[in-house]
Amino acid sequence: MCPIYGEIVSKKRKLQEEERENIKRRNKRQRMVIATTITDSSEELHSTFASRYARTSLPKFMMPEQPISKDAAYQIINDELMLDGNPRLNLASFVTTWMEPECDKLIMSSLNKNYVDMDEYPVTTELQNRCVNMIAHLFHAPVRVDETAIGVGTVGSSEAIMLAGLAFKRKWQARRKSQGKPCDNPNIVTGANVQVCWEKFARYFEVELKEVKLKKGYYIMDPVKAVDMVDENTICIAAILGSTLTGEFEDVTLLDELLMKKNKETGWETPIHVDAASGGFIAPFVYPELEWDFRLPLVKSINVSGHKYGLVYPGVGWVVWRSKDDLPEDLVFHINYLGSDQPTFTLNFSKGSSQIIAQYYQFIRLGFEGYKNIMETCLANARVLKDGLEKMGRFEIISKDVGVPLVAFSLRNSSKHTVFEISESLRRYGWIVPAYTMPPDAEEVAVLRAVIREDFSRSLAERLASDIEKVLKQIETLPPRISARAALLTGSVNDFPEDKTVAMGDFEKSVKESQGEVTKESRNVGRKKVSGVCIMPSGN
Amino acid sequence: MVLSTTFLESESSIRSTFGSRYAVTSLPRFKISENSIPKEAAYQIIKDELMLDGNPRLNLASFVTTWMEPECDKLIMDSINKNYVDMDEYPVTTELQNRCVNIIANMFNAPLEEGETAVGVGTVGSSEAIMLAGLAFKRNWQNKMKALGKPHDKPNIVTGANVQVCWEKFARYFEVELKEVKLRDGYYVMDPEKAAEMVDENTICVAAILGSTLNGEFEDVKRLNDLLVKKNAETGWETPIHVDAASGGFIAPFLYPELEWDFRLPLVKSINVSGHKYGLVYAGIGWVIWRNKVDLPEELIFHINYLGSDQPTFTLNFSKGSSQVIAQYYQLIRLGYEGYKNIMENCQENAMVLKKGLEKTGKFDIISKDIGVPLVAFSLKDNSLHNEFEVSDMLRRYGWIVPAYTMPPDAQHITVLRVVIREDFSRTLAERLVTNIEQVLEELDTLPSKVTQKLTTEENVDNGKLVKKTALEVQREITTAWKKLVADKKKTKGVC
Repeated sequence: MCPIYGEIVSKKRKLQEEERENIKRRNKRQRMVIATTITDSSEELHSTFASRYARTSLPKFMMPEQPISKDAAYQIINDELMLDGNPRLNLASFVTTWMEPECDKLIMSSLNKNYVDMDEYPVTTELQNRCVNMIAHLFHAPVRVDETAIGVGTVGSSEAIMLAGLAFKRKWQARRKSQGKPCDNPNIVTGANVQVCWEKFARYFEVELKEVKLKKGYYIMDPVKAVDMVDENTICIAAILGSTLTGEFEDVTLLDELLMKKNKETGWETPIHVDAASGGFIAPFVYPELEWDFRLPLVKSINVSGHKYGLVYPGVGWVVWRSKDDLPEDLVFHINYLGSDQPTFTLNFSKGSSQIIAQYYQFIRLGFEGYKNIMETCLANARVLKDGLEKMGRFEIISKDVGVPLVAFSLRNSSKHTVFEISESLRRYGWIVPAYTMPPDAEEVAVLRAVIREDFSRSLAERLASDIEKVLKQIETLPPRISARAALLTGSVNDFPEDKTVAMGDFEKSVKESQGEVTKESRNVGRKKVSGVCIMPSGN
Repeated sequence: MVLSTTFLESESSIRSTFGSRYAVTSLPRFKISENSIPKEAAYQIIKDELMLDGNPRLNLASFVTTWMEPECDKLIMDSINKNYVDMDEYPVTTELQNRCVNIIANMFNAPLEEGETAVGVGTVGSSEAIMLAGLAFKRNWQNKMKALGKPHDKPNIVTGANVQVCWEKFARYFEVELKEVKLRDGYYVMDPEKAAEMVDENTICVAAILGSTLNGEFEDVKRLNDLLVKKNAETGWETPIHVDAASGGFIAPFLYPELEWDFRLPLVKSINVSGHKYGLVYAGIGWVIWRNKVDLPEELIFHINYLGSDQPTFTLNFSKGSSQVIAQYYQLIRLGYEGYKNIMENCQENAMVLKKGLEKTGKFDIISKDIGVPLVAFSLKDNSLHNEFEVSDMLRRYGWIVPAYTMPPDAQHITVLRVVIREDFSRTLAERLVTNIEQVLEELDTLPSKVTQKLTTEENVDNGKLVKKTALEVQREITTAWKKLVADKKKTKGVC
């Protein structure tokens, strides 16, 4: 723990102590509530910054005793949030940060509508169903004219993946039971490049995660190796359309062929799930010939994030099943909720309906043509950035031209300065460009990644390229500040004791932890995230 | 084939929205259309269709907040494009979440040492919170049984039959047997004695409810705790308690500060509360707090390298907006202890106004209790001619959404109407509702008992058990019939 950081912690403790005192005093007063509203009314005359709220510090760990005026509360929170990064300049995330003002209006007016009250808000429910059908058709689900598609709106791809995984697990269990075979050791095969939610699914739902390892220069799941790893306990293979690391599409067609052959030999019927969180709204528009979806017979379910290239603010994902046979009946709940029968398959219950409505807005507003234009623009801007980076001659481009519009690049020579330093320096220009190491077996490669979203225009792309160039020049004039550390972390990553308590892909995580440390140390402590992310018991 | 027709359409932006062709052509409902349409047209089409949804403010079926101050609306809209999970990019938002966790933990009297931060997490709602809490109990129990060298493949959980459906969901999805304490006539919460009796060595926890969904009543957590302490001492099982305070968690600390239901009781290891109910935030926020860090098994926590920073997380969801977290913090500091207390007192008072009004009609039995969540649950004294479902249907014509439903098994012959009193349900509205209910009753008296028969068959289907119906059939039903259903003010069958 570095000293400044310690100071912050102790300051925080002091604050907490003060608050505890306050609460004790409060309890002594037997929680008497005195009507002070009359005397407070004069405060409305004060300008916001002249009021006492701008001077007194608010308790952070206890609820304050007295109310404060709404303008003051607004101003205090708004001002503190100024210190957050600017979402529009956050190139770390696929998640949509801009929508048309008309859609903002729709979102605002449906903020207070609870999506689960289907009886009360039948139109919202209907809009969700239309979205499911549109997406299913986009993914070539074999839905007959008189049929509706099977799918559900979720909070994001995490929920979608857990639902899909649960369906696979239950189907596998049912099959094994009917064959009189044991069903207590399910496993799932994925590439090591999967998003963390697959690991989460595996651990929370007690399924073994079998990861196909990556190698340098090949950062996606190898279909041949994946099929090799399949055994009779495999509930499904999860392929990724648009790897988080490089944006690359995995070869689902080949996987389907290989698995088909293996299934025929063994009689196992292992299915495929496609995690199209980021690629699901790219491929159908830009690469309509690419076969990755329900056109392949073994693909039984697909998830896609509405809040990535579906172009909606965070909080919406989708999962679509091939047919109703692929969603086991016993997972669907038919509930008597406040007077009506509701069949549901979700992990969440109450939530706003804004995102669903926003998704429908985008579908009808943009249409096929609109989505295609936007995705082509994103890819074109990605190429502008890529060309700019290549011209500097210092970077190696890791991302592929075919895939999700992002540029992942690493330094050709990182002996003196690392990509983490570049990421740090770019923050000063306002850009948030993350640097991270690759998963196990390729972790010696550290990359920077810029995601090109709809709202990242060509002029911004050009400006980013020129800012990166400036940063490179600046860094050269500096001594290799943390390069020694960085070398150390690739060398002796196993030496981080606290990782041992964390039972998980140890090596990978320790690289991550140590890398996190480097980032922390090199960053201005003031901007750093506060210690107690509350759910974390191990003192960070 | 996509033809570039944008040139031709540019003139359409000159026309008025309803004068454009989009007002007459029908949009494809199940496929994405080929071409784009102007944003004004898209806005108007959706806006107009949504007019047919119920008015959230008049929806008395739901605890979920439907009104917030305009200042908070502004904060929400400003942060709608901020992904809550990007903690490195948005450190202040993360910090606000942590403050909320600490404020709530202190409100629930979590035994925190000096300088210790609370253990808890913000969720999308109480469903996620409950699944996380249940998962922690299951894992703790598994670890304990493994250490004892005993089998650990048959976990169970004890709850009352009045629990919200998410407990059933948790049980089925995470393969835990749900042991329900049955209800009986006139007693619609979990009986602590029976619950403690049902506990065996495979019980991962007993879930008590503070504010039953059916009638708002608080279960006797203190009694449950005492009984379990005794039983644990006899058997050595260490069975813990979870309190599902989804609706009561922001009521009890303000209205009944003396009531012991929270971490003051030693066996209460975790509590969940819905920020979007009496936490006074729009739908999409819940909280789960653990007593201390040993109650949350380390192996469930993910330390991930998300885009360049280490993030310990314990959630089922990942990316989501941060608006609700910010809105929760706004309410906590804006209202303070006094503000929340005033609001809850107002709700309680308005509930009394409504209750008295209903009693005066002489036609209703009041099922809800005075102590509990501010709601009024009532049933007709005589429903031989007309029943509660009819009253509910008729009230819709006045704009009110008041649900009628049957009680869970073993009390399912009782049908109740339920009105939830939220912050924004003022006394004027309460009085008007009473008047409208009186009008409905008068009107019903003049009608023959036309729907009674139909509704009894419906009761049979809706008795809380799983209705076997394929998702596809259900969807087909909706798509073909939803318009008619809306017009008829009948319930739709929902979605898959």
